[in-house]
Amino acid sequence: MTENTQNAAQEIELLAFRLGEQEYCVDIMSVREIRGWSRATPLPFSPGHVKGVINLRGTVLPVIDLAVRLGMPPIEGDERNVIIVVSVNGQTAGLLVDAVSDILSVARADLQPPPDLTADKESNCISALTLVDNRLIRMLQLDTVLPTQQNDTAA
Amino acid sequence: MSLNILAVDDSRTMRDMVRLALAAAGMTVTTADDGVHGLEVLEGMEPDAIISDINMPRLDGFGFIRAVREIDRMRATPILVLTTESAPELRARARDAGATGWIVKPFDPHKLVKTIQMVTG
Amino acid sequence: MSTDPMAEIRASFFIECEELMESLQDALVILDEDGGDSETINVVFRAVHSIKGGAGAFGFDDLVAFAHRFETVLDQLRAGKLELTSDATKLFIQGADLLHDHIRAAQSDSAPPAGAEDVLKALEALMGDAAPEEDEAVDFTPATLGFSLDLPGLDDEPQLPVELPVWRIGFRPRAELYASGNEAVLILRALAALGETRVDCHVPDDLALSADTAEQPQLGWTVRLEGEMTEADIREVFDFVTDVCDLAITQDQPAAGEPVPFDHPVAEAAMTEPPAIENASPLRLDSGSIVAAANEDVPAVAAGAAPPDPATRNRAARPESEPAAATVRVDLERVDRLVNLVGELVINQAMLAQSVTEAGMGENPSVMNGLEEFMMLTRDIQDGVMMIRAQPVKPLFQRMARIIREASAAVGKEVRLRTEGEATEVDKTVIERLADPLTHMIRNSVDHGIETPDVRQAAGKAAEGVITLSASHRAGRVLIEVADDGAGINRPRVREIAVSKGLIPADAQLTDAEIDNLLFLPGFSTARQISALSGRGVGMDVVKSAITVLGGRVTISSAAGVGTKFSISLPLTLAVLDGMVVRVADETLVVPLSSIVETATLSPGDVRRIGRSTEVLHIRGDFVPLFDLGVQLGFRRAPASADESIVILTTQEDGSRAALIVDQIMEQRQVVIKGLNRNYGPIPGVAAATILGDGQVALILDPSDLTHPTAPEGEDEIALAG
Repeated sequence: MTENTQNAAQEIELLAFRLGEQEYCVDIMSVREIRGWSRATPLPFSPGHVKGVINLRGTVLPVIDLAVRLGMPPIEGDERNVIIVVSVNGQTAGLLVDAVSDILSVARADLQPPPDLTADKESNCISALTLVDNRLIRMLQLDTVLPTQQNDTAA
Repeated sequence: MSLNILAVDDSRTMRDMVRLALAAAGMTVTTADDGVHGLEVLEGMEPDAIISDINMPRLDGFGFIRAVREIDRMRATPILVLTTESAPELRARARDAGATGWIVKPFDPHKLVKTIQMVTG
Repeated sequence: MSTDPMAEIRASFFIECEELMESLQDALVILDEDGGDSETINVVFRAVHSIKGGAGAFGFDDLVAFAHRFETVLDQLRAGKLELTSDATKLFIQGADLLHDHIRAAQSDSAPPAGAEDVLKALEALMGDAAPEEDEAVDFTPATLGFSLDLPGLDDEPQLPVELPVWRIGFRPRAELYASGNEAVLILRALAALGETRVDCHVPDDLALSADTAEQPQLGWTVRLEGEMTEADIREVFDFVTDVCDLAITQDQPAAGEPVPFDHPVAEAAMTEPPAIENASPLRLDSGSIVAAANEDVPAVAAGAAPPDPATRNRAARPESEPAAATVRVDLERVDRLVNLVGELVINQAMLAQSVTEAGMGENPSVMNGLEEFMMLTRDIQDGVMMIRAQPVKPLFQRMARIIREASAAVGKEVRLRTEGEATEVDKTVIERLADPLTHMIRNSVDHGIETPDVRQAAGKAAEGVITLSASHRAGRVLIEVADDGAGINRPRVREIAVSKGLIPADAQLTDAEIDNLLFLPGFSTARQISALSGRGVGMDVVKSAITVLGGRVTISSAAGVGTKFSISLPLTLAVLDGMVVRVADETLVVPLSSIVETATLSPGDVRRIGRSTEVLHIRGDFVPLFDLGVQLGFRRAPASADESIVILTTQEDGSRAALIVDQIMEQRQVVIKGLNRNYGPIPGVAAATILGDGQVALILDPSDLTHPTAPEGEDEIALAG
């Protein structure tokens, strides 16, 4: 990620949120907005973590159930849940999470690379780990989390 | 007082060129797409000089010039033929139709301006 | 606006080139088909001629050179000195293609296309002995517009004279001089600009100033000119009038006045200073002269031409009035912004209608009338905006003509393109995105459809194959067909390949239509050898997916020995469609109205089971495959309850039908098409999405795709409604 190539001493602002018992975060620069839960229209034949699509001011926005994407039980979705609209590499999508927990300022130097575990679904999606007040916070690798762009084979 | 010029050419590029060249010399340019259009435009204006292409749809340059000369108030209006062809018989035909002079395309804007200044006095 | 005017003109030149190429291609098609008439030839000539003219002004030397040589040949054709054979026409078409390439090269500032010289040589060979003098070609030296737009000075560099000569010029205008808008006085002025002049005016003794002789020029002049100039300089002054005056130019005859062929010099004018334009009366004539009172208008009077009426001159001086143009060029971005806004308006109107009903005002006639009016206006605006984006398919078809020419030449076949319905208008984006799939289909037809000439002749057909490209509007959609008169699909061969590639089991029982559709399966290619065209790893599956992305469908039909036809059905616009809003398994979906034949209530007696899991609906004597929409989309595992369900009978381009069970029909309405994020790839059965009045996203179905045999069966990973 280009943001990470900047001076390591620099502070980075992160949006932290909860998924079940775990805490995750994304670079706040990639967050477009935070929306309350609204029912997504399911897409047939789509992977299980694709919750469906919602109307974001006239645009059809895909919503990803982050819990399923990371190998956890699905979020059923109700008024307490939150959709974080993120944008990376020109792709925009909503991430359905349990709740937003915090906005953190973390020195880049404090972001640890994740241990090179097995190449399971989850670890591919984590770009870094950090400890804040003894809480382990996992930083998402957004471009992995978002569905890969299908090449327009026709063009 | 700025000269009023009517430029008749079916090529938009040439019309734009003529307009650009003449406007830079302070002239006011009205354009028409072909001979028929040119005659229509002339109903509402009296140019100090007319520049006309030869190869045009509907009414070509020869026909247009002949028709202009039929209009009483424009019997002496200078009409310059702007053409890529310099063959003598074309000149003769243009002259027969009533053309004042000719400029061979692609024109040199300075020469065009000079020529217009010369024929309009 | 601070944009560079030359850059703008340059851009508009290329737009104009495209337009000229279009009329050129059109005319060539007519020439090719029925020989055309002289006006057709004129159109061809004019197009090339105009392109050359503009190109010269920009210094596109390669383009000018090519256009010039092409034009020279066309000029011979125009003059009737060249016979219009079909070979000649073919060369003209090749020439036009190359001209197009030259234009593109000029536009992109890249190297001119290869092979131009060969085609030019072949074109010029057509002229044989009739070839005109080559000097005209040399004569055409493009004078580039270096365009420094300062005013021209009068001090052009003089040519170096050998000495300071004295010139004596006898000049007597004839009637035609004045009749052609020339002015003797202006010529005299121009001479005065060259050097020092002394002008003698010759007036006949019997000068009659009566009305009936008014048109007869009666004056002549002798001019003594001294200065640094050549005879060519002087001749240039008379350039426009050499044919309409008596002119004698002689050098250095010290004895004043003699060789002049005129009599009675009575007025003498010494012009010692160059008559600048501010000099009101450059011809200072001696007092007492018969024309002494005259000012610069005198020669005009003498010629009988009325001096311009000051009033009309003033009228002409009004601000430039550009004649009303028939078209306006608008940035596509602006149109798209408008299209989007109208889309929002449609959604907004639907939301408003819903709010009004929810607020209990559904019975209020004035509110409802107002709403109705609003709806109609919205629709009108929408239609109007969509029309702005609509363009005829003609340019697209013309591009295909070239594809055919090149493709057939590459494989040694003779193929002619026939087009129908070129004026059919389709959304600009659709046209743009259709170019690639259409190109591929055309190549495919040339490569696989049309037989080689000898095979055709052996089969009793004309050696030249025909590919017909047609466009038409049908039931709110655009139908584009690519039909060839080739051998038809070799079904045993297709089947064999599909089996060998593991696409179908060896014992599969397939109908002809099913075999034909195998062509659309990914990875299928029937080419026995890698030809110049195919073998690029791109199959018809790519065509199909490109068409699907456009909300279109492609079907195929073929008859052995007669030919193959691909039909593409496309939405008129990518922005709106009329749909039926239905509920299935608690989901709201939109079925395009264009695919619906009828709706009916299902009675169990009409349903027959065929095989293990296939059901058909018996309706009006027909058996139609029956699907539960909720199950088909993976929204539920089993049909809700077969009784009293509602079925929607849909039809597809190929005429096949399918019945879909839905829970409830909500309404019919126009919906704005929203593209689905393609991150998930095409979703079988789903064409796009829309936003309903309540703000919810609803999916727009593609019924034909939904019931297609290749639609994936429900899998574990399918998201159930949640």
